[in-house]
Amino acid sequence: MNPARGSLLDIEHLEAGEILRILKFARRMNPDKPRPLLKGKRVMLLFYEASTRTRSSFEIAAKSLGAHTVLIQSIGSSIEKGESLLDTGYTVRAVGADVIVIRHPNAGAAQVMAQHIDLPVINAGDGLHEHPSQALLDAYTILRNRKSFKGLQVAIVGDIFHSRVARSACHLLSKFGVKIILCGPPELAPEIATTLAPGVRVTRHLEDALRGTDVIMLLRVQTERLAGLKIDLTDYIARYQMNPTRLKMARPDAIVMHPGPIIRGLELTSEVADGVQARILEEVHNGVPTRMAILARAVGKMR
Amino acid sequence: MSPEKNRSGLGGPRLLIKGGHLIDPASQIDAPMDVLLKEGLVAEVAAPNKIKGGADEKLDARGLIVAPGFIDLHVHLREPGQTYKETIATGTAAAAAGGFTSVSTMPNTVPVVDSVDWIEWLRQPERGAVVNLFAIAAATLASKGITLTDFRALRSAGAIAVTDDGKPILDDRMMRNALVLGGELNLPVVQHAEDTRMTENCSMHAGARSFRLGLRGMTAAAESSIVERDVQLAMNIPNARLHVAHLSTADALKSVRRAKRAKARVTCEVTPHHFTLTDDDMRDYDSNYKMNPPLRSASDREAILVALADGTIDAIATDHAPHASHEKDMEFERAAFGITGLETALALAVMKLHREKGIPLVRIVELFSSGPARCFDMRGRGSLARGSIADVTVFDPKKKWTFEAAKSRSKSRNTPFDGWNLTGKVVATIVGGKIVYAS
Repeated sequence: MNPARGSLLDIEHLEAGEILRILKFARRMNPDKPRPLLKGKRVMLLFYEASTRTRSSFEIAAKSLGAHTVLIQSIGSSIEKGESLLDTGYTVRAVGADVIVIRHPNAGAAQVMAQHIDLPVINAGDGLHEHPSQALLDAYTILRNRKSFKGLQVAIVGDIFHSRVARSACHLLSKFGVKIILCGPPELAPEIATTLAPGVRVTRHLEDALRGTDVIMLLRVQTERLAGLKIDLTDYIARYQMNPTRLKMARPDAIVMHPGPIIRGLELTSEVADGVQARILEEVHNGVPTRMAILARAVGKMR
Repeated sequence: MSPEKNRSGLGGPRLLIKGGHLIDPASQIDAPMDVLLKEGLVAEVAAPNKIKGGADEKLDARGLIVAPGFIDLHVHLREPGQTYKETIATGTAAAAAGGFTSVSTMPNTVPVVDSVDWIEWLRQPERGAVVNLFAIAAATLASKGITLTDFRALRSAGAIAVTDDGKPILDDRMMRNALVLGGELNLPVVQHAEDTRMTENCSMHAGARSFRLGLRGMTAAAESSIVERDVQLAMNIPNARLHVAHLSTADALKSVRRAKRAKARVTCEVTPHHFTLTDDDMRDYDSNYKMNPPLRSASDREAILVALADGTIDAIATDHAPHASHEKDMEFERAAFGITGLETALALAVMKLHREKGIPLVRIVELFSSGPARCFDMRGRGSLARGSIADVTVFDPKKKWTFEAAKSRSKSRNTPFDGWNLTGKVVATIVGGKIVYAS
């Protein structure tokens, strides 16, 4: 079965025009001025994995649009008792769900759900694969700080391999011709990453990544996903931690982004996290209107 | 082709396969020939219309290839213990439909087939096998890799090889011991070559596609390093016999080539899915593309095609691995490894090897018959020379058909080839002189 209209499963297969439509609509969304685009709709938030930002902003976004939300987490639900992904999907559909938002530790979980359940499915992060709503809110944030994507250079620093945020960001930015430089040690920023999308290159040297860069996206080292990979964190900090000195290598008006959660003292210092160039909390803030647009699109109200 | 009543009594029933084109690589025959089967054996092979005397039954093979019965060295029939996936009866019915007259079953069942009792149980007529069933026994007790099984007793009970398939023997000393003991008894040790220390949580081949999909990948080195280790051991142990199961990488082929040049007793098999598909073919996290070893890169597939043509590869084996839908319709990373393969193997070989790559049918028949028979010393099989066992596969290499998984004789439906338009179809499968499948 093809995914239902309005589903958002990945950025890879989303056209540039559709991305721009979502971003444009997001600019019209304001949680403080509720619009009843989802009045009477039920949005199921299926969270199989921990989340602070994504979960709360989807919930606020849905409620701002007049929807009912139900949060189902793996702990404290039938998922814990061994119910399969699809059976949970059939169940929430039978309960009367109109939209499913799913966060899952396995790549492709949202896709599998969308193939079997005839409801719009929104991928809120699937394993190492993609995190499309994050890429959209990051694009939204970039466009709040820059006129357009034209001529931009973005450096993504850190644990690319384990990052669904990085994969989605590469797909999105590449569609607009942005130069993307991935930076990290070979285990975390493998050469194969250049095959992801046109315009992506990999470097081991932070200075190389930052020279002429407009946007620095930092990523957390996902120690919980390393699965046997040995990463020397001291060495990582020595080579890749973003501090004020290194930040000066980028363009003077460069902005610093991070999908969170941030680990102060690891991938960045507090001076950078709290500095004037940081847009980390702005990203969180922009998550709400972006997700309002995504939800409106899910029910065919993005007009 | 309606069989007349079998005449028991003197001479036994006679089945004449008439008008076909015989391909018998072991006898170097590739010509129009009639074949007479009698008392379960090949009684006569002769030029068309030269066989005298009546027959109880005639099989019109005009326009068809007559070949020694196909042998699949690697199937999972799931008995004992997992009959919801497959049974010996359903699995061998699928084998017959695929032209296989003999299959050898893997011991990774519940419990593991690691004892004489289980070997005997597998071979009992109550299991309902419709083709010859050969048992491969576990190499270590419960396939735990700790204590070797009783190779001698298992072989006496009928086991034709030993393996811990699915749970590779990683420990060097244990593998050496298995090859030494196997060598003494002339028993092949079959290795599923995978360094599982390198493949934890992996669900497909490591490459651009796995990176894009966010799936952890099994490197080619996880296979080739174990094959290389095993080949080194086998070359240095007198009489050791190593059979590399479902070989899938170009680097592993290099090790096998070196062993063969050194005249070591090393053989290998490849699956139809590895010579047909690559890691790029998987779409939408479809778990019917999930198997172990995984679909590899295009260059691995190319290397396999070359080795199939040049003789390095001894056999095509399906690694038929049925699973229930509830074990497959789920998150790709959590879905079971394995696909069915018995009913599509011949057509894929005809299409991908013969029609696309120009590999002659005689070589394809060899890969399905005399090749596998040699790997596991299946005496009297793999040839249609007079006096051989009357196992015959009759197929139409030009017949076009569509494979429908829903109509499979297997209990399971986990195949990436559902709905494929295929060329090459089995017309009749004859086991011990009796037709067990006819289309």
